[in-house]
Amino acid sequence: MNIENTVSLRVDKSALPVIRHIDADWTRKDFMGSVKVRAGFGRDNYKVNSGLYAFGKPDADSDILVTANYKLTFDVVRRNLKGLNVWLLVLDTRGVNVWCAAGKGTFGTAELIKRITETNLSQMVNHRRLIVPQLGAVGVAAHKIKESTDFHVVYGPVRAEDIKPFIRANYKATETMRTMYFPIKERIKLAPAELKLNYKLLLFGIILLTGLSGIEGLKFNLAKLVHDFWGVSMLLILAYLSGTFLTPALLPWLPFRNFSAKGAFAGFFSWVVVAMLWRFKADLDALSWFLLFVSLSSYIGMNFTGASTYTSLSGVKKEMKYALPLQIVIGIAGLGLFLVSNLLS
Amino acid sequence: METLVYLSNVVTLQLDKVKCNGCALCTIVCPHRVFVMEQKKAAITNINKCMECGACAKNCASGAISVAAGVGCASAILNGMIKGTEPQCGCNCSSN
Repeated sequence: MNIENTVSLRVDKSALPVIRHIDADWTRKDFMGSVKVRAGFGRDNYKVNSGLYAFGKPDADSDILVTANYKLTFDVVRRNLKGLNVWLLVLDTRGVNVWCAAGKGTFGTAELIKRITETNLSQMVNHRRLIVPQLGAVGVAAHKIKESTDFHVVYGPVRAEDIKPFIRANYKATETMRTMYFPIKERIKLAPAELKLNYKLLLFGIILLTGLSGIEGLKFNLAKLVHDFWGVSMLLILAYLSGTFLTPALLPWLPFRNFSAKGAFAGFFSWVVVAMLWRFKADLDALSWFLLFVSLSSYIGMNFTGASTYTSLSGVKKEMKYALPLQIVIGIAGLGLFLVSNLLS
Repeated sequence: METLVYLSNVVTLQLDKVKCNGCALCTIVCPHRVFVMEQKKAAITNINKCMECGACAKNCASGAISVAAGVGCASAILNGMIKGTEPQCGCNCSSN
């Protein structure tokens, strides 16, 4: 997506290099775009041009804020700058947010040095202070920026909403501003994109279980397959949603610290609700669904580690070492029991 | 506000106090407030809160901090397992 089409913008032709002007207000298109990428569509190509932007009417003494060229990040930053006059130095992170890009190294020391040089930044301003978002520290080494550009990196707050208070407090951040939280609002915002992540597994499950449900005794009964299709699909979707929505929503309250156990409990909880409200009797079918709910929700819950803001690589590896085999065994046992219960029907 | 804690006694974070020059940058960049300053040297307080993001080690000019940095993401680890590589991130990363 091209920035020219999406934000109000005037290009300052008198100055070299190109400086783009930008303001705080979101258009309807910006808003719809943010909804779309949150839902998981088109997020691979939601970018703005990298380079230097003038926000408000900055001069040679104005602050320089560094950010990523993921348009959602850029939009959230500018919305929080209303009333300020600052320079925005946008790094080319290939349309990825600051934290993830810093992890990959695209929001990094080399890219920052390149943009400082390319935009002739030392000629643009009288000071040598760069405000880099704290999460960018994963990819930026402040001492190396100082060494090769003479610019002094000041790490700003974690969240864009704290930029103004941070600047007002003479570039001091409170402990709260420096801490990465994971409140329910954030967890739920990330859940829709998770829906898309594992949908193939869900489709595969629906096709497989619908096929198996055509088995009645030792015969194949097409009418039963058609009849059971909706029920089977609904149950699998519920198990899927237990992993994608219930696990993130209830994260702090689900027992144990590992996500596979949290997911398993969310799946178990959903199964109990279905058992009480809907269709299960104390039979093999119910037991097979118990195993399927627990294994599927556990697996998807485990994948939420990637969206979470506090899991370590070493921890996830440790958790997966026993969780993944267990999920596979329980899932296969569930499928097996489902088959047996149909064979016995 | 709540902060969540993941598994205990698993992270690779290490601090060599002898090398520490007392710049305190680690206490600034850590998003989980793992470091504090004690007698002009960095000290680890909450090692189980560490998520191995690597910001501290990256910004430690004196090389006193080491950590096997990476993304704690099951999908990325699975991707790596399937393709026989290191964990490969490329999907739903968190936050802005």
